[in-house]
Amino acid sequence: MTSSSDLFRQVRATITEISPPEAERLRTAGTVLLDVREPAEWDAGHIPDAIHVPRGYLEERIEALLPDRATPIVVYCATGIRSAYGSATLGQLGYRNVANLAGGIEAWRRLGLPVVAPTGLTTAQQQRYSRHLLIPEVGTAGQSRLLDARVLLVGAGGLGSPAALYLAAAGVGTLGIIDFDVVEASNLQRQVVHTTDRIGEKKTESARRTIEALNPDVAVETFDEALGPDNVERLVDAFDVILDGTDTFETRYLLNDAAVAAGKPVVHASVFRFEGQLTTFVPYDGPCYRCLYPVPPPPELAPGCSVAGVLGVVPGIMGLLQANEVLKLVLGIGEPLIGRLLLFDALAGTFDELRLARDPACPACSDAARATRARGERIDLPTFGDAAALGGAAPLGGAAPLGGAAPLGGPR
Amino acid sequence: MSRLLLPQVLRSEAAGAASVTVEAATVGEAIDGLVARHPGLRARLLTADGRLHRFVNLYLNGEDVRYLGGLGTRVGADDEIRLLPAIAGG
Repeated sequence: MTSSSDLFRQVRATITEISPPEAERLRTAGTVLLDVREPAEWDAGHIPDAIHVPRGYLEERIEALLPDRATPIVVYCATGIRSAYGSATLGQLGYRNVANLAGGIEAWRRLGLPVVAPTGLTTAQQQRYSRHLLIPEVGTAGQSRLLDARVLLVGAGGLGSPAALYLAAAGVGTLGIIDFDVVEASNLQRQVVHTTDRIGEKKTESARRTIEALNPDVAVETFDEALGPDNVERLVDAFDVILDGTDTFETRYLLNDAAVAAGKPVVHASVFRFEGQLTTFVPYDGPCYRCLYPVPPPPELAPGCSVAGVLGVVPGIMGLLQANEVLKLVLGIGEPLIGRLLLFDALAGTFDELRLARDPACPACSDAARATRARGERIDLPTFGDAAALGGAAPLGGAAPLGGAAPLGGPR
Repeated sequence: MSRLLLPQVLRSEAAGAASVTVEAATVGEAIDGLVARHPGLRARLLTADGRLHRFVNLYLNGEDVRYLGGLGTRVGADDEIRLLPAIAGG
């Protein structure tokens, strides 16, 4: 009977072995390095420019990758054992210039030779995100983008709660959460990131606990403060994508203006009882919030959830659609809702879509406003802290008012 | 006949109706017809001097009438005019 060490000795006698420095010399001269380890090992770090075929698939796949049997190949694994067998297999397949890397990538690393920084996923992450990794549009590269992404949730309420849960589950690496509120019993009918035993606790801390319990990959940055003129620019600058889950017009305009100035996308949703509105604002690619709504309605005509009530699932559905938009933006896939407003009617069970256009006279995002910013000048926009005092139809610059019956002749 | 689609926030002033059908040649006439039938909507949609509030958007078959012909935009039979006010709940 042949022992495994006997077999290894026999195989080793049939192959050529080279040292890591020699392999590095060949690599820089253009020789192919072939990594025969398992996918998880490859993802945890590999030699630059190497190609990857797990040992178990070598016979099946190598011909398609390297059809020329004269191609010089350096084969490596972790310690040089699996790659010794791999080298022998390549010899059997007719490859004539095969060398095994003695000591494998472990010996290579000990000499400080270059390893591609692990952009891949750990074994635990491969298990956690396996259903993402199976989708070609996400895959390891997409999941790595999600893990590198910084998403700011403005508000940990009706919209922010479901979005926080699913973005955390999806492995968005950093979630910023700004909210100044504490958890109240009346929040729990829809704000699913919070729990009954956290009534009275800060919403930011409650959300952090839920997210950290759900997915330890996610770094949570909490901001226990109100979004205001003094912090909005700092927060917007620190994140890649912003999810607007606020509940006042004042903060929606404030966020819009800072995001346009910083060139950051805002995924917007708002809800009223059984209805929701959703769109994605990408500065200058499509309209901004001021293009859509040049001025807010007076508060008595646009009561929030605390006054008008809301069916709990409506912010749930809209918040998840926001999370969907965030994922698309981070992954660079699909058709974000830029210039499109999605309307959800829970009672009718319908979604409708409206087309939105950039307002050429928008005080925040017109070409003129953009040029002003490009000159380094600030644009001071009207704020709507006290919308009631403005009256409904106050002319505030911007889009031509929809007056009388006269045709406006705007851009088609 | 054109159909005006009303959002929830305005239905309380329209006897709960989700849509109202009116005879109109333009968007402006359709709004006039709507507020004639449901006077409670007048203050919600129009200023004291009869102009449309700037926080109310109108879409004709999914297109913002600001970029069509405003209130003068012609409407035909089977056209849908959607009233869309800003909402802030979150």
